[in-house]
Amino acid sequence: MFGLKPDAALELPENYYVLDDYEKGIARWCDGCGDHAVLASVQKLCREEQLDPVKTVFVSGIGCSSRFPHYMNTYGFHGLHGRAFPVACGIKHRRPDLDVFVITGDGDCCSIGAGAWIHAIRYNVNLTVMLFNNEIYGLTKKQQSPTSRIGTVSNTTPRGSILPPLDPMQVTLGVANASFVAQTADWNPAHMHATIKAAHAHKGFSFVHILQRCPIFQPELVNELTSNRDNICYLKDDNGITVSEDIEKTFKHSAPHDPSDINGARQLAASEEKIYLGLFYQGKNKENYDDYGAHNLGVTVEEKTAMLNAEFDKYGI
Amino acid sequence: MSVTTELKEKVTQKGNKAIRLSEHIVEIVSDSGEGAQKCGQSFASISAKMGNGVWTVEIIPAEIQPPARTREGASGIRIRIGSEKVTNMGNEANLVVAFNEQVPYGRIDQSAYTEGTIMLIESKWAEEASDSIRESYAEALKDFNERGYEVIEVPMEKECLKLVKNPRKGKNMWVLGMLCEIYSRDIGRAEAQIKQIFRKKSDTIINSNIDLLHAGYKWAKENLDFEYEITPMELDEQLVVMNGNEAVGMGVIASGMEVCSMYPITPATSASHYLADVFESAGGVVHQAEDEIAAVGFAIGSSYSGKTAVTITSGPGIALKTEFLGLAAMAEVPLVIVDVQRGGPSTGLPTKVEQSDLLAILYGQTGDAPKIVMAMATIEECFHFVILARKIADSFRTPVYLLTDANLATGQQPFARPKIQRDWFAPPVDQSPWKEGVTPFNWDPETGLSKRPIPGQSGGIYTLTGLAHDTKGKVSYNPDNNQKTSELRSKKLATFKRTLKPPTINGEESGDLLIVSWGSTLGSIEEAVGLAQKEGLKVSSIHLRFLSPLEPGLKEIFSRFKKVMTIEINYSDKADADGITEDNRRYAQLAWILRARTLVDVDCYSNVMGQPLSPKKVLREIKQRINK
Repeated sequence: MFGLKPDAALELPENYYVLDDYEKGIARWCDGCGDHAVLASVQKLCREEQLDPVKTVFVSGIGCSSRFPHYMNTYGFHGLHGRAFPVACGIKHRRPDLDVFVITGDGDCCSIGAGAWIHAIRYNVNLTVMLFNNEIYGLTKKQQSPTSRIGTVSNTTPRGSILPPLDPMQVTLGVANASFVAQTADWNPAHMHATIKAAHAHKGFSFVHILQRCPIFQPELVNELTSNRDNICYLKDDNGITVSEDIEKTFKHSAPHDPSDINGARQLAASEEKIYLGLFYQGKNKENYDDYGAHNLGVTVEEKTAMLNAEFDKYGI
Repeated sequence: MSVTTELKEKVTQKGNKAIRLSEHIVEIVSDSGEGAQKCGQSFASISAKMGNGVWTVEIIPAEIQPPARTREGASGIRIRIGSEKVTNMGNEANLVVAFNEQVPYGRIDQSAYTEGTIMLIESKWAEEASDSIRESYAEALKDFNERGYEVIEVPMEKECLKLVKNPRKGKNMWVLGMLCEIYSRDIGRAEAQIKQIFRKKSDTIINSNIDLLHAGYKWAKENLDFEYEITPMELDEQLVVMNGNEAVGMGVIASGMEVCSMYPITPATSASHYLADVFESAGGVVHQAEDEIAAVGFAIGSSYSGKTAVTITSGPGIALKTEFLGLAAMAEVPLVIVDVQRGGPSTGLPTKVEQSDLLAILYGQTGDAPKIVMAMATIEECFHFVILARKIADSFRTPVYLLTDANLATGQQPFARPKIQRDWFAPPVDQSPWKEGVTPFNWDPETGLSKRPIPGQSGGIYTLTGLAHDTKGKVSYNPDNNQKTSELRSKKLATFKRTLKPPTINGEESGDLLIVSWGSTLGSIEEAVGLAQKEGLKVSSIHLRFLSPLEPGLKEIFSRFKKVMTIEINYSDKADADGITEDNRRYAQLAWILRARTLVDVDCYSNVMGQPLSPKKVLREIKQRINK
């Protein structure tokens, strides 16, 4: 009929994934927690990019945010505190077909997992990394984190914390082979979404530092973060994170910044006056360790046998 | 009468037929960095290739550059060569090549030499400018003579200087030439060996070393009055010769695993060196992680993604990996962990042998973390056990531990050339769609086994977690669920145990004493037990390869012997030591497990001297226990 083969009429349309396809269970984060916003944004990204759920893996450590993989209807690995990076690198290393995301928090990444974090930046494996930084330990009920501001009152610092906070942006920008370093905030969903999307599109270790609210253990910070428009500055560049004009208008300040300028990026990160949102740095032609990992996939049993026999010859009597 | 004249009377004159020996133990001792090990390994390889049984033990100081001319700095190698298969390092050395007069003391402290041991010693120290060196040399020579060694002074450097400017480099190959002459080794094979070890160097270096080899050979022919011959074995099969770490490396390739994730640690690293050199051409990669924890995390990630991986480490590395190893047990991730054991606790004795990690491996995790643990007894097993471990890891969805030690790691031994089988390389799971309705932890209630989905398989989506989880992989704090899933994980060991046979008894099925052992001590123990049996003692031995679960039938076997004891290289209190009572005595590691498992009063002998056990020491223990 009409020149078509009869069975062609039975062919299903291409599978189109909808948001439902990426959702699993009900996220058990507190009301008002910034994690909900990130989850929604990531699920939206999956739908926009039509990521195949069976080829997508979310890897996390331990902490509030690390519950994330349980709420994604994809493969997941909810492992050990501070150890998401080595696991994610191990997954991606020999499986270039998988799309791997890493979810980590400020305690998970910057404290117990700091060593793994530094080296993961250097490996520059193709991962989309989201650091949820709420400046406090939540799952263990309010202890200071390495990113807590001086004077943070917590259960382990009842008279206020005394050390200056570690800045994840400065650290990441200081490591050799850093390739994509961006900062966003959970209370600006549009900017956050654009940032995560750009991170996902980048080939390499795409590091997204998400400033995040914790209304339970840092309630005094929520207002400061979300309402004070004076100290937030939008980084504007055609090669950076771009948002619509409407969204751009929500920023009181904006500044130009070329994301290929790493020294400029480091200066922005070190600024004590402003919190910059946007793409700090993107490097092209960086080494990707997973390219090496996958360079010799598919050696056949015959080739392996021949190689091993040659070794036995070498060691033969 | 001079030493050499005495020797002339003891050994055959030049020109006569060389003395036939059934076996000989040779040692080369030097300061670190003088190449004694390279010389000895080459000598062992040449001997193995000529059809002799061979066993080598490296003598390694703990530091990279220990002070020269000290007993602590003794570096070198022992090579035991025989007309039959050699399974251990033996007792005292028959012939020693010493590069100075101080290093032999490091070995004399270990009772490595005896009356009649021939000592070929570098003579240059007699002409040294420093009075103290000349004096200490003369003093030592006098002492060696008093100890009854047959001392022969050899002008090693002097002879080498005729060919090279820096005799410190190259002296080892001159000594190799000398040894080849003494032991009637085929000089052509020695040349080939030099070409092999220096294959990455220039022709100039290769030729210079070959010249030194010939010079050493010639010198020995002209100046030494004795020659030996060690009849080769009747070979009816092809053999390969390598050390335990190389065998582990080849085992990794043969197992079909394509990822080795490691962090450098003595004495395990050389296995990864070997792999780094050749693995890529077999489709594999070595990942040197930033630390031990990341190394195992990477391996677990790889296994989770369907590429079952191996991590190779030693005691301190195992300690660091502990949390991840608990995750592997909890989340049922297949993984192979090779532990090349060294002296502990802490940094301990990095280059020395111990069997001290058994309890840490078995009980190192919090909670109940069942796992399969095997221990290699020979170099050959270092190869085959890796293949087996990977198969078990995949079929039982579990971490599998392989225990070797510093003795196997560097020891060389010939074994039957493996016949490669296709299914060794088989991938772990098929990639076909996951069956509808099958959960990611679809435990079989009888066996505890379940098939695992891997990313990419449609229908198999799950989130792996170290938290308690149910059959769907979902976090569950339900009390009954945790009880039940713990039982199921544990059941895998019971299931696996049903596939094992009771150990073979070496000797009579019953008697006065049964020795139980594991790991690299097999050769020494069986040799000693054999000698004791020849003397009419009613002693037998069993050697365990599976330590978790333990091989079956042990209690029944133990019941047929009046006494049962383990012999191990780890710490135990001596029963008769001051302050030690029945109540507070701490046992060797396997002994603890056997006592708990069988309720038999298993005794033990063990020490932490950092040395392989000699058959003589084992024999002495056997006699003591039997007579008690």
